[in-house]
Amino acid sequence: MLNTKKIKQDFPIFRNLPDLVYLDSTATSLKPQAVINAITDYYTKYTANIHRGIYKISEKATEEYEETRTTVAKYIGADNQDEVIFTRSTTEAINLVAYGLGRQIINKGDEVAITIMEHHSNFVPWQQLAFEVGADLKIIDIDNEGKLDVRDKKGKIDLERIVSRRTKILALTYVSNVLGVINPVKEIVGAARKINPDIIVVVDAAQAAPHMKIDVKDLDCDFLAFSSHKMCGPTGTGVLWGRMPLLKQMFPFNYGGDMIEEVYIDKTVFREPPYKFEAGTPHIAGVIGLKVAINYLQSVGLDAIHDHEQAITKYAMEQLRDSFGDRLTIIGPQNYQDRIGVLAFTFKGCHPHDVAHILDETNIAIRVGFHCAMPLHERLGTHATSRASFYLYNSEQDVDQFITALMRVQKLLT
Amino acid sequence: MSIYQEIILDHYKHPKNFGEIDKPSKSSRAINTVCGDKIFLTAEIKDNKLINIKFSGTGCAIAVASASLLTENIKGMTVADLRKLDQSFILKLLHIELTPNRLKCALLPLEALHKLTT
Repeated sequence: MLNTKKIKQDFPIFRNLPDLVYLDSTATSLKPQAVINAITDYYTKYTANIHRGIYKISEKATEEYEETRTTVAKYIGADNQDEVIFTRSTTEAINLVAYGLGRQIINKGDEVAITIMEHHSNFVPWQQLAFEVGADLKIIDIDNEGKLDVRDKKGKIDLERIVSRRTKILALTYVSNVLGVINPVKEIVGAARKINPDIIVVVDAAQAAPHMKIDVKDLDCDFLAFSSHKMCGPTGTGVLWGRMPLLKQMFPFNYGGDMIEEVYIDKTVFREPPYKFEAGTPHIAGVIGLKVAINYLQSVGLDAIHDHEQAITKYAMEQLRDSFGDRLTIIGPQNYQDRIGVLAFTFKGCHPHDVAHILDETNIAIRVGFHCAMPLHERLGTHATSRASFYLYNSEQDVDQFITALMRVQKLLT
Repeated sequence: MSIYQEIILDHYKHPKNFGEIDKPSKSSRAINTVCGDKIFLTAEIKDNKLINIKFSGTGCAIAVASASLLTENIKGMTVADLRKLDQSFILKLLHIELTPNRLKCALLPLEALHKLTT
């Protein structure tokens, strides 16, 4: 277990709100002082636009910004930092692929495959694309445990029901933001490529990047997207990684400044990736902050963070079961090892809104609703759920307070 | 002060007018898209007057208490008067202060009522 007392000191929000029990890192994580300092430094010491100024502070801004590209590439095991594109969010990153490549390669009668557990940001872009061009939307279901239903009786990945030679794109999440389940992405990519070697695989890593080591080469995916704000970085900054040949083939989505080589009345020459996709002044401070966030996570250690979250999740699942038995149902795999620190649950007789509201009365922050995954809730046949999630700053004491507050909810409402 | 006061909890646990009227003269439905809560109203209206009203559906304590209190307090009113009911009427009945998000829960039954009277 990590020394959370020490870690909490890195996050100034705990100085301002000492009683805060923050169990909503899946929505957005808290920010360490180092990241806040990096943002302030940019705005107070070298505020300048990037890529164009012939003066010291602009060159400094460019250098800091571009350094993040290298840091991100290393973080996800990519060899070429030019394959890293900065976007506003995971959502924008996925939409960029759907618009820039999806609309180029998917035609009537083709197929796009997704899973039922996708966040709306990796569901709706593909659904709408399919509607638009007349393609078929294929959906990988889940089994009773909440894992992707992709295995045959022998436990081998079998995608024959979903993927065919006509499947141009397979888009799936690495980790579900509701079930907490970690999907066997590498095995799925392998099985999909066996059926269709040309398939393009897009991985939504928004819930994976903050919590575990990622290696795009090992996963053998074609695109991977994630957000800075869920991994201790600033909001408004996202990442799209893609294979260079595909990035070269892909159309830009935003046209404008910084993405062009030459512009004439009768033609425009675009810059090479990644700049082709970064028109307009980006969120410079956000991108610089992301680098510091990654450095911070690595200084704690991704393995240590993962182990810590596993321990907290195990503890929380045990405490919930001991305290509430079958009155409280945890959604998704019941084995803590199959999931990250996300626990969505239903609580008999207690509406999620009331649960969250009563918890907030003792400064415990959890999420309630559909968590941007309505198709999954529909599939599970459940109403809105409550969701507690854990990160490196959460302690067993946070879990204890959470349990005590849930007892109060039960007492009040039932 | 907690919004979970005695009056709210009492109406949540023992809602008044819960159920459906057989052969209602009017019915309506309102949905809270944030959580999927649904309030379904059935009413008996005679000579432009609300004779009886019941509610069903799923909702949080605030939505259910609001529906219970609302249906308890509007029987006998004319349709014209029902149309005039607004947020302040509900908040007076609930007797609590609500944040914008929870206000949606409290106003769900009123939204259904307005659909019923138009």
